[in-house]
Amino acid sequence: MIMLERRRETSRVMKFASPLLALVLTVISGAALFGLLGFDPLEALYQFFIAPVMTSYGIAELLLKATPLILIGVGLAIGYRANVWNIGAEGQLIIGAIAGGAIGLALHGVDSVLVLPLMIAGGILGGMAWAAIPALLRTHFNASELLTSLMLTYVAELLLTWAVNGPLKDPDGFSFPESKMFHDSASMPLLLEGTRLHGGFLAALIVVLLGWFFISRSLPGYEVRVTGSAPHAARFAGFSQTVTIWMTLLAGGALAGLAGLFEVAGPVGQLVPKISPGYGFTAIIVAFLGRLHPVGILFAGLLVALSYLGGEMAQITLNMPLAVTGVFQGLLLFFLLGVDILLTHRIRIGHIKPRSAS
Amino acid sequence: MIRQPPAQEQHTVTDGPEQRSQPPQPPQQPKGAAPRLKLSAISKSFPGIKANDHIDLSINPGEIHALIGENGAGKSTLVKIVYGVLSADAGVIEWEGKPVTIASPTAARKLGIGMVFQHFSLFEALTVAENIALGLDDSGPIRALNQRITEISARYELPLQPDRHVSGLSVGEKQRIEIVRCLLQSPGLLIMDEPTSVLTPQEAKILFRTLRRLRDEGCAILFISHKLDEVRALCDRASILRHGKLVAACDPREETSGSMAEMMIGSSPVTPRRSSHEAGQKRLEIRDLTVPGQNNFDVSLSHINLELHGGEIVGIAGVAGNGQKELAMALTGEVRAPGREMVVINDEAVGHKGPRRRRRHGMAFVPEERLGQGAVPDMDLAENVLLTGYLRLGLVRYGSLRMQAARDLAADITGQFDVRCRGIQAQAGALSGGNLQKFIIGREIVQSPDVLIAAQPTWGVDSGAAAAIHQALFDLARRGTAILVISQDLDELMLISDRLAVLHEGKLSGAHPTHEFTIEEIGLLMGGADIGKARLAS
Repeated sequence: MIMLERRRETSRVMKFASPLLALVLTVISGAALFGLLGFDPLEALYQFFIAPVMTSYGIAELLLKATPLILIGVGLAIGYRANVWNIGAEGQLIIGAIAGGAIGLALHGVDSVLVLPLMIAGGILGGMAWAAIPALLRTHFNASELLTSLMLTYVAELLLTWAVNGPLKDPDGFSFPESKMFHDSASMPLLLEGTRLHGGFLAALIVVLLGWFFISRSLPGYEVRVTGSAPHAARFAGFSQTVTIWMTLLAGGALAGLAGLFEVAGPVGQLVPKISPGYGFTAIIVAFLGRLHPVGILFAGLLVALSYLGGEMAQITLNMPLAVTGVFQGLLLFFLLGVDILLTHRIRIGHIKPRSAS
Repeated sequence: MIRQPPAQEQHTVTDGPEQRSQPPQPPQQPKGAAPRLKLSAISKSFPGIKANDHIDLSINPGEIHALIGENGAGKSTLVKIVYGVLSADAGVIEWEGKPVTIASPTAARKLGIGMVFQHFSLFEALTVAENIALGLDDSGPIRALNQRITEISARYELPLQPDRHVSGLSVGEKQRIEIVRCLLQSPGLLIMDEPTSVLTPQEAKILFRTLRRLRDEGCAILFISHKLDEVRALCDRASILRHGKLVAACDPREETSGSMAEMMIGSSPVTPRRSSHEAGQKRLEIRDLTVPGQNNFDVSLSHINLELHGGEIVGIAGVAGNGQKELAMALTGEVRAPGREMVVINDEAVGHKGPRRRRRHGMAFVPEERLGQGAVPDMDLAENVLLTGYLRLGLVRYGSLRMQAARDLAADITGQFDVRCRGIQAQAGALSGGNLQKFIIGREIVQSPDVLIAAQPTWGVDSGAAAAIHQALFDLARRGTAILVISQDLDELMLISDRLAVLHEGKLSGAHPTHEFTIEEIGLLMGGADIGKARLAS
């Protein structure tokens, strides 16, 4: 008989081992899935996980795709630590992109080192403004941020569609729903010539460091952790829940907005109706895969970015449907949440037989 | 079988628990019949601890059997095994002579084992009958159930109205619901886990009558307690656990509380010493504190007045659910008072301020709930020092945490207050109740507060830890701190407080020197009599 037995304390080993275990289980069931779809499992896994990073261009693409995931993941993790469930990072990303992008377009042709910092500030403030709405609704009307932040994502998408069809549309763009391309001063500097990797990745690394310091070593971060893990203790200690909700939502919004600006001022190069393949949602997986720890999120972001690239690669070389990427990420999240039980429980195999006293 | 009996232990049983003294067999028990429940060599280990180590125990029909021991001695583990919540690693359970496996509480109830837990599991918004129906495996139609509830409650002096909502009931009444729920299944064995901890002395007496009546009808009762006077008054036999082992079995009626305490602790109990004190300057003033309940289930506080001076310990007695929680929250600042003058610390009005500001003005608090309020269960001790220590102990510099300082302080506290744990990296949730409480009290004391508010400081704590906590409070008072203790444990308040007041339905009686009260008077006040009448009655 296989039994689950409660541990006295949360296992420290499992904290690190369980994401790896989840990964292994994902790979195994992914291979089975490929087999069932009629692909050679080993070949498919190779295309998924190895082939994308065999070239330096591939690695640059990997880091590029990981950048928004890491940025948003760190921001969301701060909120999730406090049980503030912002799942609308996608919307905050879009608003950040519109706000920062609009500044870049307004300053079109201005050749100054200040253009990009202004756009970045715009992106951050845009994301924060969008996240402030659920914060306000939560603190004043006790409306669940889970619902409001998600619903605002769709509003943000429509706003973007309106913007690129209206005020921000390129007048010389043959009526395509797109803005002008950003000029050089309004574009992210490249890190590697010949690739699309830009300075945003360095920013993501800095955010990982700052995020770690905030969560683990600062008093506000401690308040966030206490609020999430024992709300009653937080009230007892005098930590304000209102402050925590505002702080965490604004942090999440700021980083999502920043990621959005990096996307449009980086690889996309202009405002278009669709600027993110769902980074804001995927970052939720990244945050949990990284155990809500910034360093974990760094690795998780790289891994999930690899699954994006791998999906594309498998699509190209094996004619695998694109949906497989989504299934793969779903499997990963599923196993990740599943193996979490091992943090607090251990598996015992064997049967307990009543034994006579000796 | 007990191995290696400690040498200094006169009461140690060496050959099964029955040897030392044979309690008079109840008349229902024919000679040679199997005991209702027999445990042989039950063992259960958790990582790092042997919670039960070869425990033998047998309970006969018509017997009230006490299971006593300090917190952490293994009582809860043992009854959880009997009730099917945990499974033993080794050992045999026999029910009426037949070996059984009790895989779940449902299986236990099927056998005829009922249990009344220390913490009730009742839905406040449902009625008595609905709550009972939810707890039964097969409740039948609610009208027939109402009828049965009324019958049982009349028969065993457990007055209950089936259609009343639980939210309006006292703790004593809530306990009756749990007892009636068990009795509806006509149990052969009833397990009571610290049942008197929530009752007034008068209510406890009524409970004992009920239990004796059940015993006389042939029900076996396992009575878990660490209040030795009660055990002596009620029980026919007692088994004493210490560090997971059965160290003695005795007839409590032939022992003194002192001798049983000695068996329980393994040495003579320490009595905390108090040097005489002088009241110092006024530290805390509560003026006409009136706080409406935050929701339907809260008690409203009305017109509470109290003054606390440096160096004195003032106790607030009362039956649970009469506003203790609300008073504690109004004093910590978790719930703010409607008027700033309602709470005054060192002449500073702080009624409108939250916990942070009140702590800055010199208050410290020991909350009622240790885990989840006083400490964060999944954080280690160093991080838990920060929970309230972040303000006054220099643990935060420019907004960043000084973790090394927090670790040093946690190590100091665990050393100074004898907190037994596997180190400061232990999670708060892994500490036993008594050790966690010592840690929390230590954390508040090292902040050298002017005013300490302690709610239930020794609730569920073993006598050794309780004595240490009382001593720590005495020492703190000697250094000039004003201490307010809100407790349901009357014995504790009689022991430690200089003055005493009683909280009933959100109103506080006047505070008078403790020695002017008798237990009966306080019992009456706790039941809602006003002090004038209480005086007349005595």
